[in-house]
Order: sequence, then C-alpha cells, then structure tokens
Amino acid sequence: MRRWLPYPILSVALAAAWLVLNQSVDAAHILLGVALGLAGGRILAALQPPHRRPRRAAVALELFFLVLADIVRSNIAVARIVLNPRQKRTAGFLSVPLELRHPAGLAAVACIVTATPGTSWARYDAARNIVTIHVLDLLDEEEWVHIFKQRYERRLREILE
Amino acid sequence: MSTAAALLILAGASLALIGSIGLLRMKTFYERVHPPTMGTTLGTGLVLIGSMVFFTLHESRPVLHEIVIGVFMTLNTPVTYMLLLRAALHRDQTEYSKQSN
Amino acid sequence: MNAGLPGAILMLAQVFLALAMVCALYRLLRGPRAQDRVLALDTLYVNAMLLVLTFGIREATTLYFEAALIIGVMGFVSTAALAKFLLRGEVIE
Repeated sequence: MRRWLPYPILSVALAAAWLVLNQSVDAAHILLGVALGLAGGRILAALQPPHRRPRRAAVALELFFLVLADIVRSNIAVARIVLNPRQKRTAGFLSVPLELRHPAGLAAVACIVTATPGTSWARYDAARNIVTIHVLDLLDEEEWVHIFKQRYERRLREILE
Repeated sequence: MSTAAALLILAGASLALIGSIGLLRMKTFYERVHPPTMGTTLGTGLVLIGSMVFFTLHESRPVLHEIVIGVFMTLNTPVTYMLLLRAALHRDQTEYSKQSN
Repeated sequence: MNAGLPGAILMLAQVFLALAMVCALYRLLRGPRAQDRVLALDTLYVNAMLLVLTFGIREATTLYFEAALIIGVMGFVSTAALAKFLLRGEVIE
C-alpha cells in the first residue's frame, strides 16, 4: 500500500482528471488513468516532499467553503472599490505574526490570501515567522489580523499539525 | 435553462471586465495586483459553471471537464501573483537603495 | 447557443471580455514599469481564455475547450517565467 500508493489523494486526483479530460469511462481509459495515478504518486515520492497526511476532512471541507464564501464576498468588495474610485481608502502592507510552521500550511495560506481579491501575500520572513500581506482596503489593521488568524490559520493548524 | 447559463457567463465576463478596468484605474502597482484577481477567481469560475451547465444540457450527459481548468486556475494564479509581487518588491528595493547611495 | 435571448446575452458577455482585453492591452502598452506589463499580460491571457470558452459555447462544440486549456497553461508558464526574470533583477538594469 505504502509502496504503490504513497500519495493516495494525488493518485486518485490524477486518475479522475484523466477520465474527466477524456470524457469517457471506457475500460481502456480507466486503465490508463490508474497507470497515470500510480506513476504520479511514485514520481512525487521520488521528489521527497515534506510528508504529512492531512487529518480532519471535516475541517478541510469547512475551510474550503469558507474560502469560497470569502472569495465571493471580496470580489464584490473589490468591484465596489473599482467602480467608485473617489471613495476614501488606504492601501498598505500589513504584518501578521504566524504560529503556523508547516510548509504545506504556509503554501495553503499563501494561495488562499492571494486568490482572494483585495489581499495578496507579499513576503514571508522564515526566521521570525512573520508574513507581510498587501491589503487594498486597509480600514482596521487589528481586524484584518484577527480575521486572518481566526479564519485560516487556526483551521490549517488543526488540519496539519 | 440556457438563458441561466448565458447569465452566469455574463456575470463572469462582467467581473473580468471590472477587474481589467481596475487594472487600468489603480494608481500604484501594488494596488493593481488586486482587481485582476477577480477575473481569475470568481470570473473564471462563473464562466466555467455556465459552460458546464450549457454543455450538460446540450449534449444531455454530464460534461465536467471544465473543472480541470478551474482547478488549474485556482492553483496557478496565486503562484504567479506571488512571484510577481515578490519581483516588484525586489525591484523597488534595489532601486531605492540605488537612489539613497 | 446563437439565437434568441441566450445568444444576445452571450454576445454581450463576449463584448465585455473584448473590452476587458482592450483595458489589459492598454496597460500592457502603457506600463509604466515592467511588472505592470507582466501583470497586464497575465490579465490579457485570462480574458482571452474566457473569450475562447465563450466562442466554444456559441458554436456548441467542446473543441474550443482544449484551446482554452492550452492558453491557460501557456499563460501560466510565461507569466511565471517573466516574473522570475524580473526577480533576478540585474538582467534588466
């Protein structure tokens, strides 16, 4: 099991992507997809990434929907900013001290923050574990830090650490 | 039903347009990074959902291959924007240190 | 999807996407700095990808899907490469 499927999620995702791209569930395509999934898992194992099996699927699902809702909300907020350019707002950088240290968690937070319009991940200081985020509408720094830590960091720590 | 698909696509296209207008209007580079994200996240998502709805109706079988583009876009746009932002910060810093010398 | 109300809505969506491409193109030509141009190029290809998808829907064929996927992949690689190039810095100075 460990030998053939070192990364089961990745292998299943690759096989599913193959089937969806070919739009068929022929035996031949299923066989090719399975081969692709097995090969992909082996190749990733050969690259030796830091390994941690994610736990708590429920929290991960919750995080997924939370991010989805945040993306919709911030899309509307940024659209409003673009359409009323006269509105007063201050854009600026914001430093957030992190407790999360797992590289996969950091990558996930970086992707979430950047994928949400209105915030993007600018710099990460590994020595002090502080991240700098650029925020388009920086009304209340405290509140942004609070949102960031409570919404994303806490859940990612539950999933990974 | 295909009107619903068309409306979803229109909503996605409007978001992409507003994002591009924002790219035009914002004053500094760091502000300009934010609006195009609208087109790449929710804009693309809505167009893809619209496309899925339309083709599922049109071919009367589930057509889901748009998910591949969706997954791909959600994974790659943050990576490019982070790289670009880091590049901009790096360039601004080297320029600043040259001016102060 | 060409006739009637859905066709008209789809046409409007295509006009929006074309205008979005014009905005991105203007920023690409105007700059002022290299990072603005790279960002504009990124926006341009995303809008182009969406436009190709809507063409596929108009023609009711899934053939355009592959084209859109290729545009997405190529755009990602080129933007990442350009950003990396800017990050190295000295080449441009």
